[in-house]
Amino acid sequence: MSELNKVPLAAELLAEGKSFDVLFWVGCAGSFDERVKSVTRSFVKILNHLNISYAVLGTEESCTGDPAKRAGNEFLFQMQAMSNIQVLNGYGVKRIVTTCPHCFNTLKNEYPSLGGNYELVHHSTFLQELIDTGQLKMKESGSFKGQKITYHDSCYLGRANGVYEAPRKVLEVLDADLVEMKRCKTKGLCCGAGGGQMFKEPEKGTKDINVERTEEAIATGATVIAAACPFCMTMLTDGVKNKEKESTIKVYDLAELIAQNEGL
Amino acid sequence: MHIVPQLIFAVLLALAGYCILRSISRIRFNILLGKSYEPSSSIPDRWVNMTLTALGQRKMFKKPLPAILHLFVYLGFLIVNAEMLEIALDGLLGTHRLFAAPLGSFYTFIINVFEFFAVAVIVACAIFLVRRNLVHLKRFTGKEMTKWPTLDANLILIIEIVLMMAFLTMNASDQLLQGQNEHYKATGSFAFSGLLMPLFSGLSASSLLVLERSAWWIHIIGVMIFANYVFYNSKHLHIFFAFLNTYYARLIPQGEIDNMASVTKEVQLMLGLTPTDNTPTDPAAPMRFGAKDVQDLTWKNLMDAYSCTECGRCTEQCPANITGKLLSPRKIMMDTRDRLEEVGNNIRQHGADHQDNKSLFDYISDEEILACTTCNACVEACPVQISPVEIIVQMRRYRVMEESKAPGSWNAMFSNIENNQAPWKFSPADRFNWADKL
Repeated sequence: MSELNKVPLAAELLAEGKSFDVLFWVGCAGSFDERVKSVTRSFVKILNHLNISYAVLGTEESCTGDPAKRAGNEFLFQMQAMSNIQVLNGYGVKRIVTTCPHCFNTLKNEYPSLGGNYELVHHSTFLQELIDTGQLKMKESGSFKGQKITYHDSCYLGRANGVYEAPRKVLEVLDADLVEMKRCKTKGLCCGAGGGQMFKEPEKGTKDINVERTEEAIATGATVIAAACPFCMTMLTDGVKNKEKESTIKVYDLAELIAQNEGL
Repeated sequence: MHIVPQLIFAVLLALAGYCILRSISRIRFNILLGKSYEPSSSIPDRWVNMTLTALGQRKMFKKPLPAILHLFVYLGFLIVNAEMLEIALDGLLGTHRLFAAPLGSFYTFIINVFEFFAVAVIVACAIFLVRRNLVHLKRFTGKEMTKWPTLDANLILIIEIVLMMAFLTMNASDQLLQGQNEHYKATGSFAFSGLLMPLFSGLSASSLLVLERSAWWIHIIGVMIFANYVFYNSKHLHIFFAFLNTYYARLIPQGEIDNMASVTKEVQLMLGLTPTDNTPTDPAAPMRFGAKDVQDLTWKNLMDAYSCTECGRCTEQCPANITGKLLSPRKIMMDTRDRLEEVGNNIRQHGADHQDNKSLFDYISDEEILACTTCNACVEACPVQISPVEIIVQMRRYRVMEESKAPGSWNAMFSNIENNQAPWKFSPADRFNWADKL
C-alpha cells in the first residue's frame, strides 16, 4: 500500500483522535473476490484522489447477513446484524457508502429496526453527487468516449430501492454511447445471483439466468457492460465467457469506469 | 297478479344477498386464519396508494393495449352497474323504468352512456377471449393454468358478454314497445341498442313483450348468479380485493424483508444484550419459525392469494420461470389460495384442531421455493401489489430453521458466515488484504 493510496482504518483514526465523514462498507465480495477487489480498489482510488474523509472497518467488517436472511436463516442474519451494529455504533458511524447493493439494501432497510440507523448511499449515488457538486470532473477525451455501453440494473439497487438514475448519470459523463437493454429499469432482468442463488447451483431449467441476461446485453451491440453490483459482475462476466465474447465485451463496475477514465 | 313477479324478485334478491354474505364470511374467516400483520405506512399514504393503484389502475398501464381494454371493462362494470339501482327498484316496486320520468332527457343521456360502455365491454371481452383462446399468449398458459382456471377465465368473459347483450336487447325491445304498449313510456332514443331494433322490428307486440321481459330477467338473474359465482371461488374476486389489497399493501422499499421479532429476542439474549422487547414469552404457546402451512403466513399474504386474478404478469417477468425453472410466482399464489380453502373447510367441518396431514409443501415444492432470486420482478409486475416473494421466504425459513433442511451449499454458506464472517471460506484475517495491492 503506497502512502498516496493509504486506506484509512476506522480503528486507526479513532486511536489518532481523528474522525471521518463516511464509512466505506467494502462487503465480502469486495474484500475476497479477485475480480471484485479491483472494484474496491478503484473506488478507494477515487475517494483518495478527491480527498474524501472516509474510513473502512478492515478486518472488523463482517457479512451483513443478507444471503443468510434470503436463504431463510433469520437467526444467522440477526446474529450478524447485531454484531455489525455494535461495531458501527461503536465508531459513531452516521453515513455509509457501499459498492454492494445487497449490503446497501440490508444496512439501509433491515438494520434500523435492530438498532442500526445510518444514512446509506450506494456508490453510484455517491459518485453522482461528486459529479453534481463538481468535485469529480471528467476528462475531455476519456477512454470510453463514443463507446457503446449498456447498464445492467441490479435488482437490489433498482426495484428493491428505486435507484435507477444515479448509475446512468454517472455513465453519461464518460461521454459514451449509452444503450439500454430491452428489459431495463423496473423491468430489468435479474442476473440470477440474488436471494442466495450466488451460493448454490441453479435449479433444473432450460438455461442459466446469467446467460439469458448476457445474451440480451450482447444484443445491444455494446462493448462494455456496466454493472453496479459485485454479484451481477460475477454473473455477467461468467455469461460473457459462456458466450465466448470475453475478447470483445468487457464487464466493468461504475467505479472502475470512472477510475480508468480519470487515469487513476 | 302483479305482486307475483315482485315477490319472486324479492326472494331471489334476498337469496342472492344471503349466499354472497355467506361466501364473504367464509373468505373472511379464511383470511383471518393468518398471523397478525400491521401495515407500517400512514392511513393517508394508504388511501393515496389505493386510489392510484386500484382505482387509477397505475400498474396496468405498463401494458397499454390490455390496460385500455381492461379500463373499458372496469369502467363498464362500475358505470353499467349504476343501472342496477333502477332495475332492483323496478323489480321490488313493480314499476317500469322508475327514473325515466323524473330524470327526463338526462335519463336518455345516462342510458346512452351505459350503452356505450356495454358495447365497449362486449368488444373488450371478445378481444380478451380471442387473446386467451386463439392467440395463446404465453402468460395465459403454464402448468398452473389447469382446466378450472382456464374455464374460470373464459366463463367470466362469456358471462359479461351475455349480461351486456341482455341489457342491450332489453333496451332495444323496450324502444320498439314504446307506442305499442301503454306500459312502455317514451324514453328518448338509445343510440347503441337502437342498432339492434331492425332485428326485432318484425316481431309482434306480444313477442316483443316476452323478449323485453326475458332480457330483463336474464340480465338481473344473470347479475345475481355472476355475483355469487365471483364470491364463491373465482379469480374474479380481484374486482373487490384489488382495493383492499392495495390499501393494506406494504409501502416500504421492495427489497426489505421483515425482521422476525421472535428471533430478535433470542439473538439479543445470546449476545448478552438487553432484549428491546421485554414481554415474557409464553412457553406454552406453540412457536414456529417460517411457514409450513397457510396459518403460518400473515393475513395479508392470504389476502394476496384471494386478490390474484391469475393474469400471469408476475410469472412472465420471473427470471427463474423465463429460464425454464419450475417456479411460477402465479402458482405460488394459486396454491396458497387452494390450500387455504382446504384448511378453512377442514376447520369449519371438523374443528380447529383438525389435521389432514398435509401442508403448503404438498402444493409448493422445495424446488420451486429454492429457485427464487428474490429479484422482486413479480412484485413490481403485479397490478394489485401481491408479493409471492414473502411466501417463498417464509417457506424457506421453515425449511432452514425448523427442519435444518437446506441445500448442502447453503449450509456451507451459513457455516462460512458463522465462522469466517463471509459467505466464502476465506480467513477473516485476510479481509483487508485487498488494500495491499493499491
